[in-house]
Amino acid sequence: MTPDVSRHEQESRYTVQKATWRTKVGLAEMLRGGVIMDVVNAEQAQIAEEAGAVAVMALERVPADIRREGGVARMSDPLIIEEIMNAVTIPVMAKCRIGHFAEAMILEALGVDFIDESEVLTPADEEHHVNKHAFKTPFVCGARDLGEALRRIGEGAAMIRTKGEAGTGNIVEAVRHMRAIMKDIRRIHSAPEDELMAIAKQLQAPYDLVVEIHQTGRLPVPNFSAGGIATPADAALMMWLGAEAVFVGSGIFKSSDPVKRARAIVDAVTYYREPEMLAEVSKGLGEAMPSLDVRKLAEEELMAVRGW
Amino acid sequence: MIVGVLALQGDFAEHLAMLARIGVEAREVRKLSDLEGIDALIIPGGESTTIGKLMARYELDKAIRARAQHGMPIYGTCAGLILLANEIEGSQQPRLGLMDIAVVRNAFGRQIESFEADIPFKPTPEHPVRGVFIRAPIVSKVGKGVEILSEFDGKIVAVQQGNLLATAFHPELTDDERVHRYFLGIIKAQ
Repeated sequence: MTPDVSRHEQESRYTVQKATWRTKVGLAEMLRGGVIMDVVNAEQAQIAEEAGAVAVMALERVPADIRREGGVARMSDPLIIEEIMNAVTIPVMAKCRIGHFAEAMILEALGVDFIDESEVLTPADEEHHVNKHAFKTPFVCGARDLGEALRRIGEGAAMIRTKGEAGTGNIVEAVRHMRAIMKDIRRIHSAPEDELMAIAKQLQAPYDLVVEIHQTGRLPVPNFSAGGIATPADAALMMWLGAEAVFVGSGIFKSSDPVKRARAIVDAVTYYREPEMLAEVSKGLGEAMPSLDVRKLAEEELMAVRGW
Repeated sequence: MIVGVLALQGDFAEHLAMLARIGVEAREVRKLSDLEGIDALIIPGGESTTIGKLMARYELDKAIRARAQHGMPIYGTCAGLILLANEIEGSQQPRLGLMDIAVVRNAFGRQIESFEADIPFKPTPEHPVRGVFIRAPIVSKVGKGVEILSEFDGKIVAVQQGNLLATAFHPELTDDERVHRYFLGIIKAQ
């Protein structure tokens, strides 16, 4: 046997397949039970990593500032994203606008580990989302209900997060969205098979994904929570309601003691079933982020309604 | 026999599902008291910095180290491999440091380089196992007494040192039970 033939045989036997569905969803699975923190510079990224964050979201402005400053919110400056990527060893995520596949292509070229097609930024397309199957980088998308979650998974999202209402420090919308998703998952799981098409029609969701939930009783990809988490108790509440990990946006670096609060939220997600430990980590955290009453926000100020 | 799965963070649910599938009683380990009564431990994939910090904060590291030194079998996947290593190149992060190996984190690159492939596994010489590598580490150095169980593309991706087993890949994300069954063999031999 010539060396060339043996090398050829070895290559065909051990073919490498990159960016498969399993490696995309696999990274989401590795982040379970963790906290993903919004950061705007390398220093904050290091604080987050030191506190025990499983990943950071690289941003120019946190949602609370986007809300305050108004105007069009776009993908962050690649220079800031790169600085953050160089500062930490944990995965780095970054946001593109809904439907803005050119921003997503730039983020993939930078090598970010996860792309968040996010309602926190101003949508670029009011009808279509990015075709996420076309990318090697995994995507996370927000959802308010199960139909929205399954449409995003149908487009290729490898992780779902409840939207909540970002930048408010108010957990009420995250709770509403998580309860809505879990309620419909239970309904599909216990429904007789001959009702699944009608449910798919009602939810405006891909039929095959509805069938999958009927069989497994869970979302086909990890289901995380975001939008309004400000305290360790908020994080624990979302874990009890079915979140598999949490995103904390403005809640850490808009609080009076980010180092202590970041660590406390990390501990709370791991020990959400232990009230004594939650009490311990919740002590003396200082002021939480400035908060907003979602009911007093005008319709055009709401971020969660963006997405179709 | 009860196998504990360290459930501080990461894909512990997949390991629990795999153990259930092969008929082994398993339990989540989050607190010191959860270590009582387990015969072996799996350290799952996840973020090694997060798991290491939580282990140190809640003093699980000392207890696990003591149990391992008295012969308790441990199997680490990916982050678990990193946490078992004595040396983590370029990092001072908290670890168990039980195996005489050096590791390089994210050795294949960022997420976009994550891959799967059939890879050789010494205990099952006729059939390769499906290796899923996610921001995976590799073993860069091994000490005496460390057996190399798998090399892929010239890189060491599975090792064993007595009661300690570690893989850079994630059998728990596949239907392939053989690596977990091999670990059961180590437990039974103990």
